[in-house]
Amino acid sequence: MLNGVKRDIPKNLPRFISSDDFLNKSRRLIEKKKKQSKTVFFNSYDEVFDKLKIKDKQTLSFHHHLRNGDKVIQDVSKIIKKLGLKDLHFAPSSIFPSYTNMIDLIFNGNITNIHTNYLNGEVAKIISEGKLKGKLVMNTHGGRARAIESGDLGIDVAFIACPTVDKFGNGTGAIGKNACGTLGYCISDLEYAKKVVLVTDNLVGKLDSYQLNGEYVDGVLVVDSIGEAKGIVSGTTEITKDPVGLKIAKDCSSLLYELDLIKNNFSMQTGAGKTSLAVVNYVKDIMKKQNIIGEFASGGITKSYVDMLEEGLFKKLYDVQCFDLDAVKSFRKNKNHIAMSASEYGNPFVKNSIANKLDFVILGATEIDIDFNVNVTTDSIGYIIGGSGGHADIAKGAKVTIIISPLIKSRIPIIKEKVNTITTPGEDIDILITERGIAINPKRKDLIEKLKTTKIKIYDIKELLEKTHNLTGVPSKIKVSDDIIGYVEYRDGTYIDVLREVHNDYIR
Amino acid sequence: MEGQAGSKESNDCLITIRKSDETRIEIDSIVDHLFHDQILKAVEETLKEENIENVFVLVEDKGALDYTIRARLRVAINRMNKNV
Repeated sequence: MLNGVKRDIPKNLPRFISSDDFLNKSRRLIEKKKKQSKTVFFNSYDEVFDKLKIKDKQTLSFHHHLRNGDKVIQDVSKIIKKLGLKDLHFAPSSIFPSYTNMIDLIFNGNITNIHTNYLNGEVAKIISEGKLKGKLVMNTHGGRARAIESGDLGIDVAFIACPTVDKFGNGTGAIGKNACGTLGYCISDLEYAKKVVLVTDNLVGKLDSYQLNGEYVDGVLVVDSIGEAKGIVSGTTEITKDPVGLKIAKDCSSLLYELDLIKNNFSMQTGAGKTSLAVVNYVKDIMKKQNIIGEFASGGITKSYVDMLEEGLFKKLYDVQCFDLDAVKSFRKNKNHIAMSASEYGNPFVKNSIANKLDFVILGATEIDIDFNVNVTTDSIGYIIGGSGGHADIAKGAKVTIIISPLIKSRIPIIKEKVNTITTPGEDIDILITERGIAINPKRKDLIEKLKTTKIKIYDIKELLEKTHNLTGVPSKIKVSDDIIGYVEYRDGTYIDVLREVHNDYIR
Repeated sequence: MEGQAGSKESNDCLITIRKSDETRIEIDSIVDHLFHDQILKAVEETLKEENIENVFVLVEDKGALDYTIRARLRVAINRMNKNV
């Protein structure tokens, strides 16, 4: 059966209709965890597994705030291997290349189903090649929170890596040797998982302020190390030197200016790449020149936004995860650098979510098609290389959603007739900016009208596709296997696309 | 008897050419699945234009566009001929 973006979804599975369809549904909430009378302290992972009676087929969840520095998911994986538990369902908010201990567990059927919002590295590779016995479901950040609070994604035990925990079971990521800043992605896990274990390497007497409330915590495990804080750095502090990237960034800032999006009390979010950083710097120049003060920036916060907060260019930062150590430091000391949960960030059923308050967002794309559907999930062969994260959430929420990308990456055109996998529906993508031209979704007549009187030239996206093919040639159609390995779940819980096994011809 | 041109940088290719008993073209490309036939065509056409036969050509491609492939091949041919 075809869904609302013309993808064939197997019968009896929830089909995506449109990004607004959730408005016809009401929010479902399971009961939050009962308050704990007293927090138990565990001595080892073995004891946690024993006391909580963790067994086959259960769902274990994790967050990814320590990213490539995370040791908790690695250590839990080791214990599962030792105990020989089978058919577990893993629900980490993301999977990073460093999570190598999951590989054997997938091959051997210890882990057979996975829910996650983003994955790359070896785990992504073997799942793409069909090694996961069950299915992979890929959520958005806001969608994962919705799935947990509604009971669609039930969690038996949440393992929450927490840089500092006090004797009452309250936790914070602001301090500790592995301080990683805000812990926004695990708040739903904390409030709704049947059992919650905070894993820390820094136990203190009493915390005055904390993000994780001890009343939801069943137990605390103190270990030597939860990870490596240096591994949490993601994104870059370097502005692109690539002339293509700079041209895109410059054109993007001119367009923002012409659309009158940079004005007092505006709000924005960008990615953490080198080109995004160049856009942020151009926006900063405009703000300074025109004496503009923005209401907030949100995201994954990086140093460039911290600098703007400190210079008074933004009143507030809303942060779901700190992308670098400067952001961690700022979160610790600046009361206007505010933590938000994944739900407050992008849950479709949270009316005042930060996503819904955004004036504009600047996002990337691996592929975009002539209907403006965006793929950030799979590469040109079909290997999983990422996932939505917050992409689909903020694309829906923001008033203007802009994709920036080079038109050609190593001969591969970014524009396709049809994207390999739909991560974000075209109805929520407004503008595509490439070094060789800008295209606007025909749906946004208002934006097209506004730009008519400016010097900015607008192309039909099909013209841009033709321009690309004149340079690269028309790419051959790729082969895909028929075997479904998983699904891309839209933020409202419906399936927007299926994920298929990479064709044998491409497996190396 | 051998000529080489190009690099293995992104968007470029490294082309190696040498005399052989018959013409043989080997393509090792990161975009082989999308552009194999077009890369082959660019090499074959360029060889024909330069009247070159009985060579072995290795294209180690990192996503070069056709004009890059043709230019690299021409330089590789020149270098091979100078080495004779």
